[in-house]
Amino acid sequence: MAQPSISAAAGKRTRPASVTARKALGAIAFYAVAIIIAICMFLPFFWSLITSFKPSDEIFSVPISWLPSRITFEHYKAAFTTVPFGLYFYNSFVLAAAGVLCNLFFGSLSGYAFAKLDFKLNKPLFRVLLAAMMIPGIVTMIPSFYVLKHFPLIGGNDLMGDGGNGFLNSFWGIILPGASGSFAVFFMRQFFLTLPSDMMEMARIEGCPEFRIFWNIYLPLTKPALATLSIFTFQAGWNSFLWPMIILNDPDKATIQMGLQAFSYNYQTDYGPMMAGALIAILPILILFLLLQKYFVQGIAFTGTKG
Amino acid sequence: MSSMGKLNQHQARTAYLFITPTMLLFVAFTIVPVVMALYLSFTNYDVVSRMDFVKLDNYKRLLQDELFWTTFKNVAFYSVIFVPLNILISLGLAMLLNFRRYGVKLFRTMNYLPTLTSAVAAATVWIWLLHPEFGLVNNLLGYVGVTGPAWLAQTETAMLSIILVTLWQSVGSNMVIYIAGLQGVPDYLYESAKLDGATAWDRFRYITWPQLRPTTFLVSTMSIIGALQLFDQAFVLTQGGPGNVTKTPVYLIYQQGFNQLQMGYASAQAFVLALAILAFSFINMRISKSEEPIV
Repeated sequence: MAQPSISAAAGKRTRPASVTARKALGAIAFYAVAIIIAICMFLPFFWSLITSFKPSDEIFSVPISWLPSRITFEHYKAAFTTVPFGLYFYNSFVLAAAGVLCNLFFGSLSGYAFAKLDFKLNKPLFRVLLAAMMIPGIVTMIPSFYVLKHFPLIGGNDLMGDGGNGFLNSFWGIILPGASGSFAVFFMRQFFLTLPSDMMEMARIEGCPEFRIFWNIYLPLTKPALATLSIFTFQAGWNSFLWPMIILNDPDKATIQMGLQAFSYNYQTDYGPMMAGALIAILPILILFLLLQKYFVQGIAFTGTKG
Repeated sequence: MSSMGKLNQHQARTAYLFITPTMLLFVAFTIVPVVMALYLSFTNYDVVSRMDFVKLDNYKRLLQDELFWTTFKNVAFYSVIFVPLNILISLGLAMLLNFRRYGVKLFRTMNYLPTLTSAVAAATVWIWLLHPEFGLVNNLLGYVGVTGPAWLAQTETAMLSIILVTLWQSVGSNMVIYIAGLQGVPDYLYESAKLDGATAWDRFRYITWPQLRPTTFLVSTMSIIGALQLFDQAFVLTQGGPGNVTKTPVYLIYQQGFNQLQMGYASAQAFVLALAILAFSFINMRISKSEEPIV
């Protein structure tokens, strides 16, 4: 099984020959399998990237050509000129960023209250919020649409919520329902619970107002949690599709996911621009991930154990 | 004493002030909608004309609506294939990449990348990969002498294509959950088993698998809940076709409610679907409850 010549080349003096050979074989097997899997998982990205840089005639070639003969940016140009892709990108960015800001502020504000402040309804209200996390989104989809459409005094509505279109077809219709998610409150509360309470008492004795205790003392300590929460909220906002499609009718307000779907539906054979568009839609999250990988992993660990 | 009471009062006032925005939004976009969901399902609300109370008509209609039950059958078919494959692949990846070896982090990252893509972008990329003539998948199959099908256009393979795409997108995050689970298995179990002469398969069968049972349960129930809410991939890849084989409950509710504007009837459908989802959430909660009390 183990030849002495192999062990002499690869092994350390003190180890028996068979063990070293086994180890080397194990390493080879490990890297072979891991690399093949990684290639399979990465292949779709690679292929869409290659397609997006290929001249049009090479996209449809049999047998397939693995590398483009020359790199062209025409598909990226096409993606931005056939449809207002830049505008969709901007819309998605505004919506996702607004979602992050709202959730960070309202989530940490109420998370702090539930974790650190004494009030009668603390436990019951928090339990209700937590229980509501179980409610499937599908059941509130139609009624939420109704609430937004009939919101009093908004978008031409009267006091009874009739006459106009409420928050429909406006960014508020997407920002408001998700502005203070139960998950954000729960997540921030869990983090505030780990912080000591004596700083709060000290500050109170010094006469510091409650909001400043929260804003200047506690909030800066939660930066890692805020980072994780921002990433998750941004990703959810950026990738969301069904709800924006329901609320936004005006093509100029479409998000990047809506634009991409419409493009792949209306220009079914323009695979070059289609791949360019898909990559542009993926890119911001990918960059975010590569910059802030640490916080991503923490977030998954949290959701994984929360169950 | 009195100053103590005042302080508490002041604290409580602050607290209520702090939670007011959250609670207002919660009432407007969770409490009111949940109550309304039930009410709407007993009406013929259609946005334009007058809303009338129609009692159980929607639910009666729903019982005879074959398309509605077809969508559930589709999701059941999806789950039967997706859940075991998801567990098999994620656990396999986790066990492979739980080794302490040089570069293991890079491999984990590579497998995790697909989970970052939006469902719409992933589906768009896969429309091209699954192209019957010029797609990468069929050309790779061609290398080994297999003529690939028209993945998205054939009734036999349309749902399999969706399974393939969602698997690609979800095994990465489940791998991370499984790795966390594996790292919670105490080492001494393996060491004593080794001393007793247990083979690698024995160690997996009698230690790893039973120890990971809670994780496996979590992953499966979450997959089923995800399957019941499947929409984006089906909408982009196949538009529910061919012949409704990839139409999902959420897809049908969306069409019924927002294309045909039969919102009363769609609410009844949504309510039934929500009950199915809740059933799995409860199972999930009961199992993970024993592990970590939250409140």
